[in-house]
Amino acid sequence: MRIAIPVDEKSIDSSVCQSFGRAPYLLIYDTDSKASEFIDNKAAVSQGGAGIKAAQTVVDANISALLTPRCGENAAQVIKGASIKIYKTIDATALGNIKVFIDGELSLLDEIHPGFHGRGNR
Amino acid sequence: MKIAVLSGKGGTGKTLVSVNLAAATQTSVYIDCDVEEPNGYLFFRPEGVEEEEIAIKIPSVDEQLCNGCRICVDFCKFNALAYINGKLKIFNEVCHSCGGCILFCPEKALSEQDKVIGRVQKGTSENVTVNTGILNIGEASGIPIIKKLLNDILPGPEFIFIDCPPGSACIAMESIRDADYCILVAEPTLFGVHNFNMVYELVKLFDKPHGVVLNKCLEGKNPAEEFCLEKGIRILGRIPFDNELGLLNSNAQIAVRENENYKMLFSALLQIVTEEVQK
Ligand code: SF4
Ligand code: SF4
Repeated sequence: MRIAIPVDEKSIDSSVCQSFGRAPYLLIYDTDSKASEFIDNKAAVSQGGAGIKAAQTVVDANISALLTPRCGENAAQVIKGASIKIYKTIDATALGNIKVFIDGELSLLDEIHPGFHGRGNR
Repeated sequence: MKIAVLSGKGGTGKTLVSVNLAAATQTSVYIDCDVEEPNGYLFFRPEGVEEEEIAIKIPSVDEQLCNGCRICVDFCKFNALAYINGKLKIFNEVCHSCGGCILFCPEKALSEQDKVIGRVQKGTSENVTVNTGILNIGEASGIPIIKKLLNDILPGPEFIFIDCPPGSACIAMESIRDADYCILVAEPTLFGVHNFNMVYELVKLFDKPHGVVLNKCLEGKNPAEEFCLEKGIRILGRIPFDNELGLLNSNAQIAVRENENYKMLFSALLQIVTEEVQK
């Protein structure tokens, strides 16, 4: 199974990035082959809708699960629209979360925060 | 003359100042650009109100024609489009109505659709024409409504007061773009000064002539006043903090229309502002 995690660095020991849309890299990990791959998150520098674009990127990477500390409403719509499950990370590192995920100990992310798009300008 | 009234945050008395200045004129137009929370009309209770819906253009897709090439998804720099499960998904609230995706779709699968985001109301209250912009809850940007309000202004010598959205973001910029003069309303707290400084930077950026009205003035130290003195900002007037004004305000009454003292206070302020604008 292929899973995605937003990470700060191109390493499996990297810390998990607190923002999915703005993460510099997206780690794609294959739990069967144990191969990892890092995709540059082009959304990180975009003007708006970063979550949507990052979500499109991981959907296109053909994953079955996303492991992330948080996820915006729009991104969640894209991810769930592609029948991908979203799990909440509990460990600080990517590798730590992969381990607990494989052990089946991560739970689904139930709290989706509303978007901030265009709302910064109050 | 177009006079924009701004403040660093909500609740500093921006509406109090703009409503009462408008009421103190012979005739004037009051425009409420605080479209997320317009409240000037609560004071004016305008009559003969006419309403107009404001719509923006957003794309809609004909799934029969779309071949999934994703040219539109890659084009949209606001990332309002995604292609999932063989279908194009459009995030209306993220879309900025640039129209680009519609132009670039090789299959002509995208077309423009109107989406109502709010409305503009126009009415009168004695000597004041009251124009109010109202943004529907959940919409990302009130800028199209503000543009409509300001484009509808007829040229003329009369006073036009623009009650701006609080803060210094792009929606406030849009509201002051055409203003001849900016009145900044400040309250005497340290926290208030921080926000005030941001709108002060904004009017300087736009190179607008400006002055300050100090609201909620009490005896003793006033951090906002100190800030103005330090920066050399013109102080146009002071509104005392008193119970009577507070009561009128909380009953949504216009002080100038209820009480002679306030009528004098705001008429004097109007006189000063008029002289400043004509400088
Ligand atoms: S550009 Fe047109 S055809 Fe291509 S994905 Fe977008 S809507 Fe479909
Ligand atoms: S109209 Fe512009 S902003 Fe809206 S979806 Fe199309 S390309 Fe994106």
